[in-house]
Amino acid sequence: MTTLRIPTPLRTYADGQSEVDVQGTTVAEAMDDLFSLHPALRPHLLNGDDALRPFVNLFVNDENIKDLNGLDTPIQENDKLLLIPSIAGGREQEFEHDIY
Amino acid sequence: MLPELNHEEILRYSRHLLIPEVGLEGQRKLKAASILVIGSGGLGSPVALYLAAAGVGRIGLVDYDVVDYSNLQRQVIHGTSTIDLLKVESARQRMLDLNPDIQVDVYNEPFTSANAMHIAGDYDIIIDGTDNFPTRYLTNDLCVLLGKPNVYGSIFRFDGQASVFDATRGPCYRCLFPEPPPPGLVPSCAEGGVLGVLPGTIGTIQATEALKLILDIGEPLIGKLLLYNALDMSYDFVKLRKNPNCKVCGPNPEVTELIDYEAFCGVPSHDHEEGSAGADWDITATELAEIIKNGNGNTPHLIDVREPHELEISHLEGADLIPLGQLASRLSELDSAEDIVLFCKAGTRSARALELLASAGFRKMKNLKGGINAWAREVDPSMPIY
Repeated sequence: MTTLRIPTPLRTYADGQSEVDVQGTTVAEAMDDLFSLHPALRPHLLNGDDALRPFVNLFVNDENIKDLNGLDTPIQENDKLLLIPSIAGGREQEFEHDIY
Repeated sequence: MLPELNHEEILRYSRHLLIPEVGLEGQRKLKAASILVIGSGGLGSPVALYLAAAGVGRIGLVDYDVVDYSNLQRQVIHGTSTIDLLKVESARQRMLDLNPDIQVDVYNEPFTSANAMHIAGDYDIIIDGTDNFPTRYLTNDLCVLLGKPNVYGSIFRFDGQASVFDATRGPCYRCLFPEPPPPGLVPSCAEGGVLGVLPGTIGTIQATEALKLILDIGEPLIGKLLLYNALDMSYDFVKLRKNPNCKVCGPNPEVTELIDYEAFCGVPSHDHEEGSAGADWDITATELAEIIKNGNGNTPHLIDVREPHELEISHLEGADLIPLGQLASRLSELDSAEDIVLFCKAGTRSARALELLASAGFRKMKNLKGGINAWAREVDPSMPIY
C-alpha cells in the first residue's frame, strides 16, 4: 500500500480526500488503482495518450517521476506519492484561469 | 561601493546589525539592492511590507488594480482608508510610512511582453506575486532571458508553493510546468477562495528568500519546491531539476524573446469581460427577473452550479443545486427540451457549465451574466454580495 497525497484543487474529484491509499508496484499501476477509486480524477491528470498532463507533476518521495522512469517508475510499500499541479493564485480576481 | 548608513538607519536596523550573518555590511547590501514585486495583492502585500521594513533600497511595484473591500481579508498592505485608491499608491503610502528611507517606484499598468523588459531591466531580483498564468509565464521567461532570479509563490485555498527559479543556477518554472492548464479545468481563486493568512505564509517565505539572495546567506530554495498545506500544517520539499528540453532555459531554447502569453495560455490576463459566456448565451439578472415575473408557468429551470456551502450566503428561489464538479455525471437530471438558466457566484463557473452542456448537445440554456452577485445588485438589494 502506498499513500498518494491529493492537493486541494484536485480533492473535489476525489470525494474531498487529502490522501488515498493505492496499490501497485509501479507508478502506472498505482495511478490505475487511483482511477478505479476516483475516475473523475483521470482527465485532470492524464491526456489522451495516457501521459501525465504538462501542468501536473507526480513525485515519488522527493523525486519527480520525469527525472526517474516516468510512469514505469517502481514504487515500494512506504513510498509517498505526491501530485503537484500548477496553481496560479495570489492576487484574487474573478478569472476562470486563475487556478490549476 | 556600498552605500553608507546614517545614525538613524543604524538605530532602525539595529536588530539586523546584531545578527552576524547580516551585520553592517549586509544592511548596506540591502540598501544597495533593488527588487521588483509583480502584483500587490495577497502575496505582494507581505512581500512589499517586509522588504520595505528590512531596508531594501529600491522596491518596484507593478499592479493596475484598485483596492476593493473584498481584498482586505488578506491584502494587509492596504486598508479600509485606501479603498478605491490605486493598489500601487496604497501600497507605496504604507511602505513609506513603515520606512521613509527607501525608494518605492510604482508601475500602474498591466505587466506585459511590451513593457516587462523595460520595467524589470534594472532590478536585481523579481518576485512573482501574480494571480494568473499568462503573467506567471511572462515573469518566468523574462527572468530567464535577463538572467535574474525569480522568487516564486502561488496559493490556492489552503495550499501554497514557493521556490526560487534561477536558470543560471537551476531549473525555471517551465522546467516544472512546461505548459499551463487549459482554461476552465478547475475553479479559480476567486471562485475557489483562499484562507486569508495563506498568502502571508507564502509571501513571507518569498521575502525571506529574496533577502537571503541579496545577503548571500543560507541555502536558497533553488532546485527545491516548497509545498505548504495549512490544514495539515505540513511543509514538504521536493527536488526540482533542470529540464534538458526546457523551451526557455534548455540548451536549445525555442523561446528567445518574450511571446504572446495570453495566446500561449489560451486566456486573457487583463481586461476581459467577467462572468460572461458570450453575448449569445448570456442573460442579465434584470432580464431573468422579467421572465420569471411574466413567466405564466414558463419559468426556466434554474441550475445553481456553486458549492453547497455557498447557499448559506445567498440563493435563488426554486433553483436546483448541481455543483460544477458534479455536472458531467448528473446530466441525466436535466432535460435538454426545457429552458435552463445556469448561475454561480459571478458567472465564471456557470459559463464553463454552459460549455459543458453545449458539448453534450444542449442548446436551450443561458448563463446568468455576473452570477447571483449581479442578481443581488440589479434585482434584490437585500441579498449580500460576496
